[in-house]
This record gives sequence, structure tokens and C-alpha cells, in this order.
Amino acid sequence: MNQYRGRRDSIRALVEDDRVHRDVYLSEELFALEQEHFFANTWNYLGHASQVPRSGDYYAIDLAGRPVMMVRQADGSIRVLYNRCAHKGTKLVTDTCGGTGKFFRCPYHAWTYKIDGSLLAIPLKKGYEGTRMSECETGKGLVALRHVVVYRDFVFVKFSDHGPDFEDYFGEALQSIDNMVDRSPTGQLLIEGGAMRNVIRCNWKMYFENINDTVHPVSTHESAVRAAESLWKDRAPDEPKPMAMEQILPFGSSYDFFDRMGGRVFANGHSLLGVNFSIHSGYSQPPDYEAAMNEAHGVERTLEILERSPQNSVFFPSLAVKGSPQAIRVIRPLAADRTLVEAWSLRVVGAPDLLFERTQTYNRLVFSPMSVVAHDDVHLFESVQEGLRAPGNEWVSLHRNFDAAELEQETITTNGTNELLMRNQFRAWSKFMTLGMEA
Amino acid sequence: MASVTDRDLIDFVYAEARLLDLQRYDEWLALFAEGGHYWVPLQGSQQADPRSHNSLAYEDRLLLSLRVERLKDPRAHSQHPPSRAQHVLQQPFVERRDDDANVYELSTPFMYVEARAEQQLVLSGVYRHTLEHSGGALRILLKRVDLLNAEAAFPAIQLFP
Repeated sequence: MNQYRGRRDSIRALVEDDRVHRDVYLSEELFALEQEHFFANTWNYLGHASQVPRSGDYYAIDLAGRPVMMVRQADGSIRVLYNRCAHKGTKLVTDTCGGTGKFFRCPYHAWTYKIDGSLLAIPLKKGYEGTRMSECETGKGLVALRHVVVYRDFVFVKFSDHGPDFEDYFGEALQSIDNMVDRSPTGQLLIEGGAMRNVIRCNWKMYFENINDTVHPVSTHESAVRAAESLWKDRAPDEPKPMAMEQILPFGSSYDFFDRMGGRVFANGHSLLGVNFSIHSGYSQPPDYEAAMNEAHGVERTLEILERSPQNSVFFPSLAVKGSPQAIRVIRPLAADRTLVEAWSLRVVGAPDLLFERTQTYNRLVFSPMSVVAHDDVHLFESVQEGLRAPGNEWVSLHRNFDAAELEQETITTNGTNELLMRNQFRAWSKFMTLGMEA
Repeated sequence: MASVTDRDLIDFVYAEARLLDLQRYDEWLALFAEGGHYWVPLQGSQQADPRSHNSLAYEDRLLLSLRVERLKDPRAHSQHPPSRAQHVLQQPFVERRDDDANVYELSTPFMYVEARAEQQLVLSGVYRHTLEHSGGALRILLKRVDLLNAEAAFPAIQLFP
């Protein structure tokens, strides 16, 4: 199987202006090339600085097939190291998170490293005298990633030396992280309460498209919405809704609602859905929170921060952010047909507990493996993954509201049901998949 | 039931799981007290409470009714084909009796299998029931499901472990 390796133009031909070829979802070869090229050339979210509060704390995961760990340094900065002993390749830590103290010690042969990754000590040192060990890769200790940016506590990495720098890569899209952080009167968010962790038998790109798919709720979530509506229909109109009802019922909004909410695309696949309003706009703010915000930011700026409540902001290709509730989704490809999705909750420092309760409730209702909303999404993603194998039509349609003028622009604001938000992701996929690749 | 015996409590836990396996969800729902909850903590047996850390599910009767109502809807897409469940229980152990308050606690190690078409999911752990005896009947104040691997990444869990 070598249909795409070394064939840049064949890869580019998979993404047409208004549709994509099914191989982008199905091909194991393309998946391997994505790990190698696409996920090396793009900036990917690793974790949040609050997950490693003290010196020596680490958070270790697999990112695009590479074992990495972010480690808090003694000076308060964060380094990202490959989780691989320089000696034989053992992972230095096998817990997802923990504190290593002042050094890492490999459990296999007791090689030790400072928390910045440099080699500290090895047993039987004399045995290496006169060998090439100290001059080669092994002697340099743990390999540190060169391209790491901690943006308002969100830690992003890029594996390759190719590709744009961080600011150029995300550009205006970063305003969505700014908005979430600015919702804290002290400018601080904390990861708390654990993650909802899902494994879905579909390609990761399908999940990203769905984050911007405003036309599916009406039919996909029909059963969950109808059940919620039937339980609520006999209540007085002014009866305050429980938080769960407040969060589920808007999934029944009309095509018109989703169209009017508006969408915006940015260069490199990023997007903002819900430019004008979203299903999250109706959440009321506790008065003591508004007071604390006014104190910190001034009345005008507070209004501006709290007014903005988009549905989803995509930081392609690893992260989707909601400003309110303070929920983020991290998407990790595992195979062409397997994707890990984690939904994390952020506590807004200086805000009442109600905000965190909303975030946890939302993640539990909508992103838990037990969520009745997600069950229908997951079923349909898995159904698409299977259905695409049918012969007769090898293409997936992205035609809605296509306009040739969009090809000449970077930032575009449009209607909420325009599939431009998905086309934009695939254009970035094609670009970073083949960046630096010879024809 | 004038006074509740250990046998009554144990039989209740078995009967509750049986209603789920038989998909008699309305009857199952009626076993919950007015303020009763079904809770699957994300930290399994380590979790202190449902607020400080998140849960795979933490549902009152309203949310449980939503689940049950949805399962009846022909447009519950993820139920084509439908899921089936089998609970296999070890004998429940009566952990605590408070006959003055009429509140009783039991723990029950279990295996849970949920099957749908070619896929089968197996979960294991311990149920912790808090039951209340009132008006001559036992009702569930809390059914806590402590999964052995609660922090793992799961496929969809569609019914009631």
C-alpha cells in the first residue's frame, strides 16, 4: 500500500474546493502520513499549565504517536520533553500525572536526569570512558521540544521546524482563549474535576467537522430534545428550569437559529461558531460575579467579555473551546478509524462555584460516554465511517453556500450553516499535510 | 413490611438489577425516592462527593426519566440496533442498618455487560445502594456505581450499568 507516500499531488487532489475524497477518513496510509507530517507541522494543544502546579510536576501523554511530557521547572517555566530514556528507550514516567521532585530516575537501569532533561548520573560510568556515548544523542539526555508556547496557560507544541510560528498560526483565533481567561477577575483558570474520556470508532476529522455542524442537531438530537420537551411541557412558563434543562433544551433550536448565530473562519483551519449568539447565550450571570468582574475589568470591558458567548471555537487540529461554560474538548487521533475525545472543565478563579457547576454539568450531560446527547452523535460518526466504504460515490459533500470568492480570503464572517467552516479545515489539512513535501 | 430484614434488602437489590435486564425501565424508575439519585463517579470508589469532581452520570429522577423517555423514541438513532444489558451480581452485603432513620446501605460487587450488534462492553465494580424504608416499601435514595476503571476512555455506555 503506497498510494500517497511521496505523492504530494495525489494528497492535494483529495481536497477539492467544495468536497473531499473519502480516503481522508478511511486510509491507514494517510493516517500514518498525518502523524508524520500534518501533526508535526501544526501547533497542537498538549495540556494546561494548572495541571503541573509545582516544580517537578509532570503531565505525560501520547501526542500524535509521540510520548511527551510537560514538566514544571524550578524557575516556574514549562518544558516539554520526550518521555523516553536516553539509554534504552524506557518511558521515564508511566502515570499520566504526578510529581517527580528534583530529578527523573529511569526504573530500568537507574539513569537519572534533572527536570530540564539533562543527564545527571548513570551507573557504571567508567564503562563509558573512551566510548562515543557522551558525544552522541544518548549523552545529551532527554530530548526537549524546541517549539513550545504557553499561551495564557494553554500549552501548545509543534514537533517540526517547518510551519508558521505560533502567533501566525493561530492569529485572531486566540481571542477565544483570551475571552475564557478574561472571564476570571484574576485572569486565572484551573483544570479541575477530571475529564470525560471517549473513544469513538471514527476518523478524527469527522469529529472536528461536527463541532462546526449546525445542521445536525435538529435530526440527530431529536430523541433527546423530544424527551426533554415532553418532561417540561406541563410546567408553568415562568418556572425556573433546572440547570440540566437549561442546557439540553436549546439543542432543539431551529435551522434559522443556527443560521443566524453566524460563523467565522480564520487562516489555517481555525473557526468561531456563534459570532452573534449561541445556545449558551441564555445563561444568567450571578450578581456577585458581575461585581467582581466590574472591579477587575471596568464596567464596559466586563460587558464586552460576558456578551461574547460563542458555541465553539476550533483551534485546528487538536482543541475546541467554549467560552461559557468553561469547557474544552481535546481531540486525539488514535487510528484512521479511532479517535480519543476528552472534555475538560476549567474553574474560573474568583468566580462563584455556580460557573464551575455549569461547566461540569454541561460536560457530563453532553460529553460523557453516558450522555444521551452524545450517544446519537457517536452512533452517526461510526455509521459514516462504515457507510463511506460504499462504492459509487467516493466523495463527501461540503457544497453548502460555497462561493469561489472565499478562496481568495482568509478571515471571513458568514452565516452559521455555511459549510465554509468545514471546507476551511480541509484546506488547512491539505496545506500542512504537504508542507515541505517534495512533488 | 413491618420491619426490614437483611433478606428484604438483598432481594431488593437483585430485583432492581433484574428490572434493568428486562428493560422494564418505568418500574425501575419508580424504585427511586423523590430525591433519589443514580450516580457513576469519575473517580470510582475514591470519589468523595458529586460536586468537587465530575461524574460519568449524576442524575435525579427528572434526568433519569429523560433517559427512559428517549429510549422509547423510535428516533433514538443509537438504539438501531438496540443495546441489551446483563447485570451479574455477587450477593449484596448489608453494610449499615439504621432502623431509627429507616435507612440502609448495601454494597454489591458486579459485572455488567452491554451488547449492541457486534460490540460488547464489559464493566465491573461495586454498587453502593442507600435505601430508605417508608410507607411499607423500600426506595432508592442513592445508587452509586463505583466502576473499577472509571477514568478509562469508554465507548458509548447507553443503558444503566
